[in-house]
Amino acid sequence: MNVDHHVILRIVAKTLIPIITIFAFYVQFHGEYSPGGGFQAGVIFAVGIILYALIFGVTAAMKLIPPVFTRGLAASGVLLYAGVGVWALIGGGNYLEYNALFEEPEGGHAAQHTGIILIELGVLFGVAGSMLTIFYAFAGRVAEISDKDW
Amino acid sequence: MEGLAEDQLGLALANIFLLAMLVVVGIAIARMRSLFAIVMLSGLYSLISSTWFVLMDAVDVAFTEAAVGAGISTVLLLGAMLLTARTAKAEKPFARVAPFLVVVATGAILAYASFDLPVLGDPDSPVNTGVGQQQLERHYGDMGFPNVVTSILASYRGFDTLGEVAVVFIAGLAVALLLGFGERSLAETIRKGGSK
Repeated sequence: MNVDHHVILRIVAKTLIPIITIFAFYVQFHGEYSPGGGFQAGVIFAVGIILYALIFGVTAAMKLIPPVFTRGLAASGVLLYAGVGVWALIGGGNYLEYNALFEEPEGGHAAQHTGIILIELGVLFGVAGSMLTIFYAFAGRVAEISDKDW
Repeated sequence: MEGLAEDQLGLALANIFLLAMLVVVGIAIARMRSLFAIVMLSGLYSLISSTWFVLMDAVDVAFTEAAVGAGISTVLLLGAMLLTARTAKAEKPFARVAPFLVVVATGAILAYASFDLPVLGDPDSPVNTGVGQQQLERHYGDMGFPNVVTSILASYRGFDTLGEVAVVFIAGLAVALLLGFGERSLAETIRKGGSK
């Protein structure tokens, strides 16, 4: 008898995964006003994709977000973060001194905000990419999760 | 319990309850053999800790613990479990004595050291009088947004956070190098019908 055991799981996951992803971006861009930031957002985003991989299969998830992309994402996150530091160096300040990113009137916070938003993006890319790379490394070694293992 | 205000008593009871739950879950994990149950219980352990962090007003830490401890590390441990056996081997009875002694001794030392810690929320403790106090006072003028945790992590301590991201990246890289990059690993061989 060919019965889909996971039909409820699939339907619930289909509804939840978009919400999880949007929540990750909310945590990311609201980090200056509420708890959370790039690290938490990256983990939540990775969890959304991993949930997809667990329920619809790792192969489907790898088609959606290829392992090449997750590796590149992780590396580009670290590079983006370090690059902001170099940008501050070129601007005449210390490494990662956001006030030196560009000239602004006394008492302005634009340079600080730019620096923080950029490095938080770097954290998001680095963490989400690394977590997905680790998950793919583990999950890529077992073909499919059999019913017995649930 | 005399001299404690009503709300303090409630908070103390909630703390005791959550910490007792942590002890119970910890002992249950130590006594179990089924790896699946152990992974699930360690997720539960993280969830209880994050509830406790909320009680301690450490919302950012609680958030991280819930996302990382209860979320992704449970999933990663499940993934690792699928690569190995489902139950741990039972060790010989006398092999448990030495670890037990080490745990009890470490616990006793930590409990003894905790008497020297400042009281929770003590305004005169070194944490609350030094750099922490300065950063609390000036961060809004420096940054212009309310979440002090973000301004410390991202700006005052930007170097540390860069190091953390590098550590996460290196961890990902190391796992990928050890286990293969996913797409050209065992899964492919199995799918093609190869025996090994």
